[in-house]
Amino acid sequence: MATTSPTLAAPRSPRRSGRGTTRGNLELYGWVFMRVSGALLIVLVFTHLFMNLVVGDGVKAIDFGFVAGKWADPVWQVWDLLILWLAMIHGTNGMRTIINDYATRTGTRLTLTGLLYLAFTVIVVLGTLVIFTFDPCPPGAPADVLASFCTAG
Amino acid sequence: MPEAPAGTLYRGREGMWTWVAHRVTGFLIFFFLLVHVLDTSLVRVDPEAYNAVIGTYKNPIMGLGEAGLVAAIVFHALNGVRVMLVDFWSKGTRYQRQLLWGVIVVFVILMAGFLPVQLGHIFGGE
Repeated sequence: MATTSPTLAAPRSPRRSGRGTTRGNLELYGWVFMRVSGALLIVLVFTHLFMNLVVGDGVKAIDFGFVAGKWADPVWQVWDLLILWLAMIHGTNGMRTIINDYATRTGTRLTLTGLLYLAFTVIVVLGTLVIFTFDPCPPGAPADVLASFCTAG
Repeated sequence: MPEAPAGTLYRGREGMWTWVAHRVTGFLIFFFLLVHVLDTSLVRVDPEAYNAVIGTYKNPIMGLGEAGLVAAIVFHALNGVRVMLVDFWSKGTRYQRQLLWGVIVVFVILMAGFLPVQLGHIFGGE
């Protein structure tokens, strides 16, 4: 009798089906990233909103000269770059979750996810290039739209 | 035992509706972010083109839209803190409803500080 008893895996031992056993921890890293980036974005974005919408004349003060004045300082360049990258990865991962929840057909899901990753790539590359190739005093621009430090001296 | 409507797993109440609001605000903020990077990119094209486009952000209707955007961001941020407390604080799940009330109180305080400033900017004289 003892010789015929089957061997049973202990309860809660990992499933070993031969396929899909090494999925990796990518979803775990995504879950952690949402929390770490979210905490950082609270500081980065609240400061961004305060500087641009609250201080001084708020949104009424924003023009080319305002942006030039901010990005003349490497601190604000890095600040905005961090918002761009963290918010785009955070938001893209959130949108991926939403797509996976509601797009039940495989074709729809793959199409939407492809568009999402395309938008991510375009926006992140474009935004990064703009921050680092920005010229606060472009030659040929009329003086009245430029920051005061372009024309001074 | 509260009765759930037939045919759905959704339980309603604070937890579900906060989850819905977090999802909706995140969705809206994402699309604003795409537009915001595109409009800011105009600084690289032409200063006057940038000023023309950013000028549209200063009319009263867009100004109210910005107030809505800030409200969405503030809610998403505060509820994000609530989500992290539920995840990492040992008593977070037990107090998730009270945490929502904390989110609402801080939200009202921050918006009470921001809204008069924003309305003053967009409706105040030049």
